[in-house]
Amino acid sequence: MGYPHPSHPRETPVISKYFGDAEARTLAGWQARGGYEVLREALATDPVEVQNVVKESGLRGRGGAGFPTGVKWSFMKPDGKTHYLCINADESEPGTFKDRELMRWTPHQLVEGTAVAAHAIYAETAYIYIRGEYTEPIARVREAVREAYAAGILGANAMGSGKRVDVHVHKGAGAYICGEETALMNSLEGRRGNPRIKPPFPAVAGLFAKPTTINNVETVCAAVHVLRNGADWYKSLSSPTNPKSTGTKLFSVCGNVARPGNYEVGMGFSMKEFLWDVCGGPPSGRTFKAIIPGGSSVPILTPEECEGAVMDYEGIQAAGSLLGSGGVICFDDTQDMVRQIARLARFYAHESCAQCTQCREGTAWTTKILERIRDGQGTMKDLDTLLEIADNMTGKTICVLSDSCATPVVSGLKKFRHEFEAKIPKNRSSVMVPSFATAAA
Amino acid sequence: MVTLTIEGRTVVVPPGTNLIEAAKTAGVLIPHYCYHPSLPVAGVCRMCLVEVEKFPKLTPACATTVGDGQVVHVHSDKARDARKGVLEFLLINHPLDCPICDQAGECELQDYTFAEGRKDSRYMEPKRFNPMEDFGGDVLYVPNRCILCTRCVRFMDVMAKDPVLNVSERGDRAYIGKFEGSDLTHAWAGNVVDLCPVGALLSKDFLNRARAWELDRAASVCPSCSQGCNVMLETRDNVVVRIRPRANVAVNQHFACDVGRMNYRWINRRDRLEYPVVRTEQGLSAASWSEAVQRAAAAISGAARVTMLASPSLSNETLFLLGRIASHVGASSVMTIERGHEAPLVGAKDLSLRAERAANHTGAELFGFTEFAAPLDALASGDVLIVADAAVTTVPPGVSVVVIGTLLDQALAAHVVAALPICNFAEEDGTFTNLRGRVQRFLQAKAAPAQTRPSYRVAGDLATALGAGSFPPLAADIFASIATTVPAFTGMTYRTLGLQGAPLPLLAETTA
Amino acid sequence: MSLHAIAPDEHDTHEPYLPVFVGARRTELDELLTRYPTKMAALLPALWMVQEDRGWVSSEGMDEVASVLELTPAYVKGVVTFYTMYHQHPVGKHFVQVCTTTPCNVCGAEDVVNAFLRETKCGELGVTSADGRFTVVEVECLGACGFATPVMVNDALVECVSVDSVQDLVAGLD
Repeated sequence: MGYPHPSHPRETPVISKYFGDAEARTLAGWQARGGYEVLREALATDPVEVQNVVKESGLRGRGGAGFPTGVKWSFMKPDGKTHYLCINADESEPGTFKDRELMRWTPHQLVEGTAVAAHAIYAETAYIYIRGEYTEPIARVREAVREAYAAGILGANAMGSGKRVDVHVHKGAGAYICGEETALMNSLEGRRGNPRIKPPFPAVAGLFAKPTTINNVETVCAAVHVLRNGADWYKSLSSPTNPKSTGTKLFSVCGNVARPGNYEVGMGFSMKEFLWDVCGGPPSGRTFKAIIPGGSSVPILTPEECEGAVMDYEGIQAAGSLLGSGGVICFDDTQDMVRQIARLARFYAHESCAQCTQCREGTAWTTKILERIRDGQGTMKDLDTLLEIADNMTGKTICVLSDSCATPVVSGLKKFRHEFEAKIPKNRSSVMVPSFATAAA
Repeated sequence: MVTLTIEGRTVVVPPGTNLIEAAKTAGVLIPHYCYHPSLPVAGVCRMCLVEVEKFPKLTPACATTVGDGQVVHVHSDKARDARKGVLEFLLINHPLDCPICDQAGECELQDYTFAEGRKDSRYMEPKRFNPMEDFGGDVLYVPNRCILCTRCVRFMDVMAKDPVLNVSERGDRAYIGKFEGSDLTHAWAGNVVDLCPVGALLSKDFLNRARAWELDRAASVCPSCSQGCNVMLETRDNVVVRIRPRANVAVNQHFACDVGRMNYRWINRRDRLEYPVVRTEQGLSAASWSEAVQRAAAAISGAARVTMLASPSLSNETLFLLGRIASHVGASSVMTIERGHEAPLVGAKDLSLRAERAANHTGAELFGFTEFAAPLDALASGDVLIVADAAVTTVPPGVSVVVIGTLLDQALAAHVVAALPICNFAEEDGTFTNLRGRVQRFLQAKAAPAQTRPSYRVAGDLATALGAGSFPPLAADIFASIATTVPAFTGMTYRTLGLQGAPLPLLAETTA
Repeated sequence: MSLHAIAPDEHDTHEPYLPVFVGARRTELDELLTRYPTKMAALLPALWMVQEDRGWVSSEGMDEVASVLELTPAYVKGVVTFYTMYHQHPVGKHFVQVCTTTPCNVCGAEDVVNAFLRETKCGELGVTSADGRFTVVEVECLGACGFATPVMVNDALVECVSVDSVQDLVAGLD
């Protein structure tokens, strides 16, 4: 639902149905809403069958990568080895705040989804890695886990199935990069949150070097409903024109928009209707200038590009961006794009883990140049340098944080070049006086 | 075996080989920083990105294993541009310290930038600054020069198993850190200075002593213990200024311990026995070589009893000849072995600072020398003691001493009848046999001072003067003689030893 | 671009360190250790316990954690300095964290920061106020973008803080 706003009639609330409903947080409340029946049945079902239903449903990872969930689960074979499930609740992509709500309003939905996923991948132990800043979600999920253990839903004999399902909540400590699946595993192991080189892939050697699957919070919550109502039902929730993107997506809408909040709509929803109708359009008296549709790491779109776009994986890609995490950041006509892109670069510079040369140095360098331009000390040559740096930062690193920093720079310069140029003093020679040498500094 | 193409050359290597190693077999260097054959792969510097046809992105060669039919381009435009990008990123905060940096001349950042980097800088922002830090032991850390390759961290963690170094902070604020109170005092910590591709980790001992291009280098073997680590003696104007490890997978991989590294000053000492000396009515005075050798031989032949005390750090060649002398004159051949603490490099196989602080006690044993705790206690008046480069300060009264050595201890002077000055191991060729029976060559690194002569030459001349036969003057020929007369060394030659050594044949058989 | 609170005066002395992992906390740690196959995996939770009990993670704290988990202090320090939420110096009683990343930035987050700096009399980011009650820092995305500007005061999230609501918020903090 459009929490904190009332549900919009055009929403399709499935996983977000109980946002704002305090009762749904408790075990009793969740059970009253049909909770844990899916888990009971799943535990009595062969994991391969569970995988197949989810495969058939077309559910794709909702953290940002969009990898087909059932296929991911099917990489885990009954090989007798210890398997691990990690739930990625490190939600730190700017613009994204859906998992926060899922955890604080329906923690049992997450616990149930976690247990179902663990069973589907032959794992007895699941860790829910929640970012350290999420105090309330951590408390709610911990309480839900405690309730579930007390009721025998989790533990050595989950729901009397004879199978063990252990779920542990693990608190992060402030690092965006720990949302990268291999960095998450390193962090869980008590290390610096450095992404790992792949291969080996997590399904082969992941957490504690064992076969591991990492799933996003929203994904496993959706899986519960897929298993409750079936694959065909899930497919029916989305526009039939694109069978590759099915079900619903919980979009987090923020920035300069009339009604910021989380909205759940069927895949394939019209972006025009979404932004201007469902979310209320720009704030009163303003117009949209730019929209980032999938969290800060995806290309910036102009309002014109959004008008014709369709909100699913392929549709947003066709419009020139990516669905990503579904964090929709809105900029109105009063915003300074140079300032905001500089701020985004600064975010990435703060969050770089420092392993790869391009990212460690490139994010900081990009930020410094952008801030200098923002402050009126830029040159035209800087714009070329920025693009070359961005190219050197793309496709060359262990993880894509480096690429993610480059993206808003490239799309920003492409679509808002006039704003950058406007900040560059006209009567400046191409020889720069370093900013630290200017009197004002 | 896997067959692939690298830069147009066909390469055949075992499965599991990474592309950097595979390229080496074709004579192709893939530039890299963080990769090291003795350390776990990190894949962080991104310098080794290569283009493999059909791969969607450039791939790090250190972390990519060979595949049949791969076609690898190291010098394609894409790969070159990527390297140029990495170099630019590394240089934006790197201080222009070359004129004052010890690494200059042997710096991989210099080398690759000169080869492939930008000719100018377009970085206009203030550079990051962190102050220099003393890491303890022999190591200084200069964070501004650090490229965060993490070789040092991985070495201390995985090889030394003493993780006292970390990466601190993150992003461009990152630096190599440690914890207050825990320093780099590990016996093998000095290796991080060698591992550092740039001048971020420096040896305090070597600080500002010499420029890399002023150094002459000779392959040698460390004489400080019986491990026999392969080293390079680096000299400047005939003075040894640094010892660094030389790679030998069978002995010391790429490493040397700090005891061996620091133990080079004695090689340069000037208070040497520089010319032959004999006893006259006026006391000890200089003499010609022939006179000194004759006097020594006469003293030995005329003695009721002779004891030969040799240093277990003399070469195989020298000890062989001294052993011949001993058996010819019926002398007992003894040695004392100084011992100290052991300090293994835990992450390596069979690599340690050994308790026996002697380069060649194994060889000495093979040539008939026995260890005695107090070998001089049995001496009596009228005995002759031959001291071959061993440390002796007192002898019982009435004992005459013939010195074959580098020093003449004043405490001994009253007993000395003749002293023959020899070269130390850095001033001659020879071989040592390490504790595992590996025979390894060392090459001359500096000129012999004054009238000193190679130790095996002196021993040979003395043996001849004693009537024990005649011997060739060159170390290689003496070794050939050892190979035919001492069963343990059968079939070995300097050529087959090369610069990596070889195990004694019988031992090789039993361990095969 | 420091992410951590700025260190107080070099000569600032703090109370002697009391071990954390005794009694109930030791029991808690022991239970925690049963959840993971390695001791190292309990590192982040153990550091949280130290910070919860002592207010920050000192060198002595790192030393204690290293010793109970059989790690080196240098290793622990490398981990502590990676994560922004562990304080490496004491902070004010109310640690005010204002998100200023782009989605909040476009909603006036920087004005909120300035308002906090004024009202708390901190004057500067990362510096604890003279009375020791407040430290104000900018943080990256708090994952509450739809509730701009989100502000965390210690562990509590305050949603939708505007320039106008800062004064009352600060006044309400002892």
